[in-house]
Amino acid sequence: MQAELVDIRNHMAQYPPFDEMAEELLDRVVGDIEIVYFKAGSQILELGDPSSWLYYVRSGAVEIYRRTGELYNRISEGEVFGQFGLLMNRKVRFPAKALEDVLLYKIPYDTFQYLWENDDNFADFVEIEDRSRLRSAVSRREKSNQLMTSKVTRLIAREPVSAPHTVRLQEAARIMTENGVSALLLMDEEGEKPLLKGIITDRDLRTRALSEALASETPISEIMSEDLITIRSNMFIFEAMLTMLHNNVHHLPVMDRDEVRGVIALSDIVKYESQSSLYLVSNIYHQQDVKGLKKISLDVRDSFVRMVNEDANSHMIGSAMAGIGRSFTQRLLALGEEKLGPPPVPYCFMALGSMARDEQLVVTDQDNAMILDDSFVPEEHDEYFLALAKFVSDGLAECGYTYCTGDIMATNQKWRQPLRVWKDYFTDWIDNPKAEALLNSNIFFDLDGIYGETDFAEQLKTLVADKASNSQRFLAMLARNALNRTPPIGFFRTFVLEEDGKHQKTFNLKRRGTAPLSDLIRVHALACGSRAQNSFERLKAIGNTKLLLDDDLGNLRDALEFISIVRIRHQALAIEADRQPDNNVRPEDLSPFERSHLKDAFQVVSGAQKFLKFRYHAGVARNV
Amino acid sequence: MSSEEQAENSVTRLPWPEQFKALAEQSKSPILKAYYESGCVSPETPLSEVPFVALDFETTGLDANQHSIVSIGLVPFTLDGIQLGKARHWIVRPKLPLHQTSITIHGITHSDIDQAPDLNDILKDLFASLNGRIPVVHYRNIERSFFDVALQWRLGEGIRFPLIDTMAIEAHLHPDRNPSRWQQLLGKKPVSIRLADSRLRYGLPHYAAHNALIDAVATAELLQAQVLHHFSRDTRVADLWL
Repeated sequence: MQAELVDIRNHMAQYPPFDEMAEELLDRVVGDIEIVYFKAGSQILELGDPSSWLYYVRSGAVEIYRRTGELYNRISEGEVFGQFGLLMNRKVRFPAKALEDVLLYKIPYDTFQYLWENDDNFADFVEIEDRSRLRSAVSRREKSNQLMTSKVTRLIAREPVSAPHTVRLQEAARIMTENGVSALLLMDEEGEKPLLKGIITDRDLRTRALSEALASETPISEIMSEDLITIRSNMFIFEAMLTMLHNNVHHLPVMDRDEVRGVIALSDIVKYESQSSLYLVSNIYHQQDVKGLKKISLDVRDSFVRMVNEDANSHMIGSAMAGIGRSFTQRLLALGEEKLGPPPVPYCFMALGSMARDEQLVVTDQDNAMILDDSFVPEEHDEYFLALAKFVSDGLAECGYTYCTGDIMATNQKWRQPLRVWKDYFTDWIDNPKAEALLNSNIFFDLDGIYGETDFAEQLKTLVADKASNSQRFLAMLARNALNRTPPIGFFRTFVLEEDGKHQKTFNLKRRGTAPLSDLIRVHALACGSRAQNSFERLKAIGNTKLLLDDDLGNLRDALEFISIVRIRHQALAIEADRQPDNNVRPEDLSPFERSHLKDAFQVVSGAQKFLKFRYHAGVARNV
Repeated sequence: MSSEEQAENSVTRLPWPEQFKALAEQSKSPILKAYYESGCVSPETPLSEVPFVALDFETTGLDANQHSIVSIGLVPFTLDGIQLGKARHWIVRPKLPLHQTSITIHGITHSDIDQAPDLNDILKDLFASLNGRIPVVHYRNIERSFFDVALQWRLGEGIRFPLIDTMAIEAHLHPDRNPSRWQQLLGKKPVSIRLADSRLRYGLPHYAAHNALIDAVATAELLQAQVLHHFSRDTRVADLWL
C-alpha cells in the first residue's frame, strides 16, 4: 500500500473484521482494493452472477435480498457483503442493490482467500454461518463465569458425613459437632447398600428441636427432612445454585446414581463466587414485617446488577430474580397467616408467567392465583382468602412488584377458586380453544405452586401435560397467537429495520424478542406433553421427543440466551445510570457485537416462527 | 505564420488518435515517442471501455512558468474499479524555492524536498502508468500546463494529450453557479465546483488527508459518480475529453 492511502486503511481499521487485523496484512488488503461507485437504485450483484469480490461499504447503503426477492439485510458504512458467494460456489447467492449512492471497496477473491487461510478472526467473521456465530458469542460469555464452567464436584471438600436414620437427636448433634458440618445425611441401612433417607441441618436443630424443646432421645427421623432435593454430580455449580434458589434449600446432597458423593452448602457457593442473590433470599426469611421486606427489596436491583457484571447467564439471573420474588411471596404468605390465623381449608399459592418460568427480571408485575381445597365454601372461607391474597398482593406492591394490569392476581375472585374449578378452567381452555380467550389465558400455562399444598399445582400441570398434547385445535390456536409478535429483521444505522423495509427508532426487546421465543417454545413443550415451565428446560424436554432437531434446539437456546442477556444488560445499565430500567432499546445503544448477534438471533426466531406456523397449521398471523 | 507553426497547427487539428500517430513520428525524445506510440483510444469508445488514469499534481503555485511541481499522484482506473494496487506517488524536487504557503497545504517539508529526485529521474516510471490511458484531472490548467512546461524544460519538447476534467464537467452542470448580487439577495447560493465540494453532491466521502495520490483517487471516484449520474457507461469518450 502507498503510504498516502492511509485514509483508506484507517477507515477499514475501525470495523470488524479489519479492526483486529495485523497492520501489515491490512496494508496488503488496501493495496489489492479496487474502488467502485454505484448510483442509488442500481443493481450491484445479480443472483447467479459469478462472484469474485468481497465488498466493503465505504459510504452509502446497500440492500441485500434473498433469492426469493425478500429483503434480507440493509447494510451501511463499514460493513461487508458478498462473502457467501465467495465461500460457496463463486456464484452470487444474495443479490445486492444500492439503496443510496454508494462507494464500495472491492477486495479480490485471491486476497479474500489469503485472509481466510491466514487470519482466523477474519475467517470466523466471514465464514461462520450466522447460527454458529451466535453460539460462539453465547459461549464466549459463559466461559468467563466460573459458576457456569465448573462442576459441582469441585465444591465437595470431604467425604459425606452420615449416620443411620435411626440415631437419636443428641447423637446426631454430637456427630455434626465432631465432624464440624452444618448438615448430616441420614441413611437407611437396612438394604444391601445404604440409601439416602433424609437430612438434618443446623437450622433444623434450632427451629425444629431446640425451639420446641424436644427430648434429646427423640428419634432423628421425626424431625429430619425427607424426599430430598438432590443434584447429580455432573451438573454445573450454577445449576446447583438454581436448585437452591428455586427450592429455598441451603444444602444439596450430590449424587452419583443413588450413591451420595458429598453435600454442598449455600456457603460453599457463596465462597466460590460472591453471589449476593442467595444471601438476599435467606435475608428475606428473617424479616418480621412488610416494612422489613420493603427495605430489603431495595437491594434486589443491586443484586441484579452484580450478577450481570459477574457475567452470569440469563438462566441464572432469571432464576435468581424469580427465586427472590418467590421468597418475598412465601414470606408474605407466612406473615399473612401469622396475622390472620391458620387457613380454614388447605390452599396453594401459585406463581404465573415469568416467575413460574424462572425467567423474571427487575421490571416485573405480579401474576398469581390461589387454588383452594375442594372443601372450600365461599360464604365461610372466602373472606379469609381474600384478606390473605390482598395482604400478599399489597405487600408485593410495596416491594416493587407492581399490581398486574390484567388483574391476574389472587385478589381477583375468578383466580381464587377450588381445585375442581381450576381443572374446569384448563379443560375448557384446551377443549374449546378460542384465540381471543387464549391470548388472555396464555399466562396460566406457565404455572408453579410456590406455597401451601403445591400438589394442587402439580395436578394442574399433569392435566395440562396430558390434555394439551392431544388437542390439535388448541395447539393450532396457541401457535397462531405465538405468531402475533415478530422480531425485526435487523438494524440499519441508528434504526430498527422492519420486514417491510420501514424504520423504527426503538424496539421492545421483550415484545419483539424474548416473548415470541418463550411463546413458541411453550407451544412445542405442550405439544410433547412436557411439564417443564422454564424455557431452557422446555427445550431440553422437546429435544427428548425429537420434535425439533438438535441443531434447531441449540439455535433457539442461543437466541433466547443472547436476546435475554442483551435485555438484561440494557436494564442493568439503566439502573447503574440511575434511570428507570425498561425493555425499550435504541439501536444506537447497542454495541456492534450486540447488533450483529441480535440480528442472527432474530433470524432464528423468525425461522422458528415459520416452522411453528407450518407444524401446527397455524394459518395467517396477524401483525403486531 | 511560419511553416513550422503551420505544420504544428495541422497536427493539432487532427483527431487525438491520428494526432498521437503524427506526434510519435515527429517526437525526438524516446520517452515521448513511446508515449505517443502507445496510442489513444478512438473517440467513439464507450466510457465503460476506456482505460483512465487519475492524475494530480501538487505545485508551488498556479503559474506553470513561475512555479514547480512538488508531488505527483496517480491511479489507473476504469468505471468498474480504481486499482489501488497500481497507485503511485512521488515527491519531486522543484526548480524554484518552496513557498511557505504551499508547504502548509501539501504537508511536504524542505527535508522531504531535499531528498527527493528530480522529475527527470522518475519520468520512466511515470510514463509507465500513463501510456495508453486517458488522464483524468480536476482543473486541467494545472496538470496540462505544468506537465508541458516541465517536459519542455527537461526534454526540450512539450507534451499534448487529451484529458477529462471533472471540474469542467461540474462547471458545465452548474452554469449559473455564481449568482449575481441580485440573485444572492433572493437567496440563491453559489455552487462550489472545488473537488471536495463537488464530491459532496454525489454522496462521496470526505478524505481528511491531502496529498496528490488521495486527490487522484478522489478525482477518479468523482468521475465514476458523474458518469453514472449525468452520462452513461455508453457515452462516447469524445463527448467528455478536452
